[in-house]
Amino acid sequence: MNRRTTGTEDRRELQMARSMCWHCQSEMAGEYFCDRCVKVQPVSKDLDYFTCFGLPRRLAIDPQTLETKFYELSRAFHPDFYQNKSDAEQTISLDNSAMLNTAYRTLRDPIQRAEYLLDLEAGSVKEIRTTPPADLFEEILELQDTLDEFRASDRASHNASTLRTKLQADRATLEQRQQDMEAQLQQLFGRWDALQDRGEATEQTRAERASILKSMRDLLSNRTYVKNIVNDLVETIA
Amino acid sequence: MARIVGIDLGTTNSLVAYMDQGTPRIISARGERAMVPSVVALTDNGLIVGDPAKEYLTRDPERTVYSVKRFMGKSLADVHDELAYFPYTLAEKGGVIRIKLGEKSYSPPQISAMILKELKIRAEAFLGESITKAVITVPAYFNDSQRQATKDAGMIAGLEVLRIINEPTAASLAYGLQEKTQGTIAVYDLGGGTFDISILKLKNGIFEVLATNGDTHLGGDDFDQLIADLFLGEIRTQYGLDLGAHPDHMQAVRLEAERAKIRLSEELKTAVTLDLPDGKGRFTRELTRDQLEQLCTALVERTLGPCRLALKDSELTPDDIDEVVLVGGATRMPLVRQRVHALFGKQPHCELNPDEVVALGAAVQADILSGGTTDMLLLDVTPLSLGIETMGGVMSSLIRRNTTIPASAKEMFTTYVDGQTGVDIHILQGERELAEDNRSLARFRLKVPPLPAGVPRIEVTFLIDANGILNVMAKDMRTGETQSIEVKPSYGLSDQEVERMIEDSFKFAADDVSARKLIDARLDAGALITTTEKSLSDGGHLIAAGEVEAIRTALSALIAAKDGNDSRAIRARMADLEHAAKGLTVAMLDDSLKQGLQGKKVSDIT
Repeated sequence: MNRRTTGTEDRRELQMARSMCWHCQSEMAGEYFCDRCVKVQPVSKDLDYFTCFGLPRRLAIDPQTLETKFYELSRAFHPDFYQNKSDAEQTISLDNSAMLNTAYRTLRDPIQRAEYLLDLEAGSVKEIRTTPPADLFEEILELQDTLDEFRASDRASHNASTLRTKLQADRATLEQRQQDMEAQLQQLFGRWDALQDRGEATEQTRAERASILKSMRDLLSNRTYVKNIVNDLVETIA
Repeated sequence: MARIVGIDLGTTNSLVAYMDQGTPRIISARGERAMVPSVVALTDNGLIVGDPAKEYLTRDPERTVYSVKRFMGKSLADVHDELAYFPYTLAEKGGVIRIKLGEKSYSPPQISAMILKELKIRAEAFLGESITKAVITVPAYFNDSQRQATKDAGMIAGLEVLRIINEPTAASLAYGLQEKTQGTIAVYDLGGGTFDISILKLKNGIFEVLATNGDTHLGGDDFDQLIADLFLGEIRTQYGLDLGAHPDHMQAVRLEAERAKIRLSEELKTAVTLDLPDGKGRFTRELTRDQLEQLCTALVERTLGPCRLALKDSELTPDDIDEVVLVGGATRMPLVRQRVHALFGKQPHCELNPDEVVALGAAVQADILSGGTTDMLLLDVTPLSLGIETMGGVMSSLIRRNTTIPASAKEMFTTYVDGQTGVDIHILQGERELAEDNRSLARFRLKVPPLPAGVPRIEVTFLIDANGILNVMAKDMRTGETQSIEVKPSYGLSDQEVERMIEDSFKFAADDVSARKLIDARLDAGALITTTEKSLSDGGHLIAAGEVEAIRTALSALIAAKDGNDSRAIRARMADLEHAAKGLTVAMLDDSLKQGLQGKKVSDIT
């Protein structure tokens, strides 16, 4: 029925068809440079990072491919190559480079990449957890108490060294937990990519898609929460 | 396009380089040392720079400025602990340090500008063209204020600074160009006053910085100070003499400490000799390399922390590093090399001259900017996190450290009270939690139209450009209007101040000209003395004894004049000497002609 136009290809076509070269006003056919006057074009603010890198909206990305494209686009946009150009072109080069660097940093990291995709697909602002996930509730409250006790203790005391041993054990447990969640995320990423590859738009796939995004969001926020706790722990006992 | 030169504006020495058909070369003026000591002295004939100024370190320490780079972009409070070591007088005005030289006070960018001007003049003389554009290097760990101060120095010197580039990455450009390296490299840069570590990935002409770290107050100077402190302590106990009251002797001790340190990179022990004031005779001692290393080991260890942090930030282990490159004069110390070797588990490279490689790299970057080199591209990072102060005095990070530049972040601001017309924004740089523990870069007031609370929506863009310098823009999302922001730097010169200093630099140009004339005259006199002495020893036998005597008299007169401060007198004595030596010159010419003719047939000549 109502096909959602999240397909990035469609969006780009729409945008390109509308856009004109800022300099010679000719219709733009080229990707980032005007075919006629060869001037660099500002990357549209609506262009998502996947499209910018010429990639489909998938969560498995080959780092080599991404890096090669990043270097290629850096050579196209970097301010070093616009020193002798007009002010307008220098500004575009600067903005495009800044955008490109953000895009690369986001897509390079699997977690940030997933958070970004979630944002694009479900329009969700990154959820910041303030309370522990349900299945870790008791454990984390106890850990917080131990941490507080350790912080207040005399580091040379026997009590402190007992607490430290306990905290180190907790750290191992939590790190294992974090790894488990990351493995689960990997599975979800695979399911998402497979669903996208099938490209069907049935009632069933829509439901599956919503379910994957929901699980992904929960996992991502739990993982970030656990990761922050681990960081805090490591810093405290260091 | 006009030529762009590359400048290494160092703590102890500065250099200028240019690109000569694909090869970067250091510029040296008329057989002088290419390195210009970063020293500025106020003499009775005006301001002088470089080697001649270095002589004034002991002659007139209160009016001779060295290591000014340590004060760039700093407030007096920042450098409070080391003030006692500097014989010249520092004050503060508007958050910027001022250095007192005679009647006038100069900001660190103005002093640096004098060094830059000297390099500019040298480059112009060497290349035979006017130089107005430059790439200048800074320590990678320099913050925004320090970078801006360096850019200001360039402007005051009459140079358009097209790019501020990080020293270790500049070195990697020169290194990569020469060695055609691919892979992951670590550049360990221990200079006169600063330490940097940068980890880069080199691939198909792209130089991508993965992480950088450092300490902008750790360098060769600090080693010298430790050695000097040792000597000063011994002089106090042995002679009951506090040299603190004798700035000239303090400087002599510091300089001797530096020389001893340098000698101990080659030798295992060295003799130290210092003349003492008040007829106390001489202080002598032997310093061994072991003793030096014992003194300096804690300082060298301090460089390893940033190395480990940089590895951690780039998610690498020492095994992942293919090559380690050493930069900066202080890396000549065997102890430094050992420690770096031990940390990374591989022999560091030092094929390139560690004093010159940064300037060479700046010349490569200059060539990239002018469109000469097109296959190389440097992707650098910002060394420190950038953020704003939020409620409760906490820093909220907007751009994390080691983010590739150019980098930008947007933040939306609104109001909390009806009719509020401004929002105060405090920009910070650093890694600490609390705003007060980080570097304050600037404050500004965002103008907001008077509306009910929460209605205005002002988007502020923080953009770190390719120089690592912050630009701030604001846009009213309701009207789409952009507003210009006047940012008051916390520790820097305002635009008006820089303007005024540029004007001043023209006014002082007259003084500079007379100082310059003196330097030129001395240089020319030195050259004439050398050639005349050689002629006398080679051809003295060809002329009458009385004539030799006359030449010797004129020679002594010139040597005496050369040490004076009167360029005209030097020129006059030079003319005298040339006149006295005329006969000798003619005699030698005849003699060489005669020699040349010997063994040849008459038919060959005619």
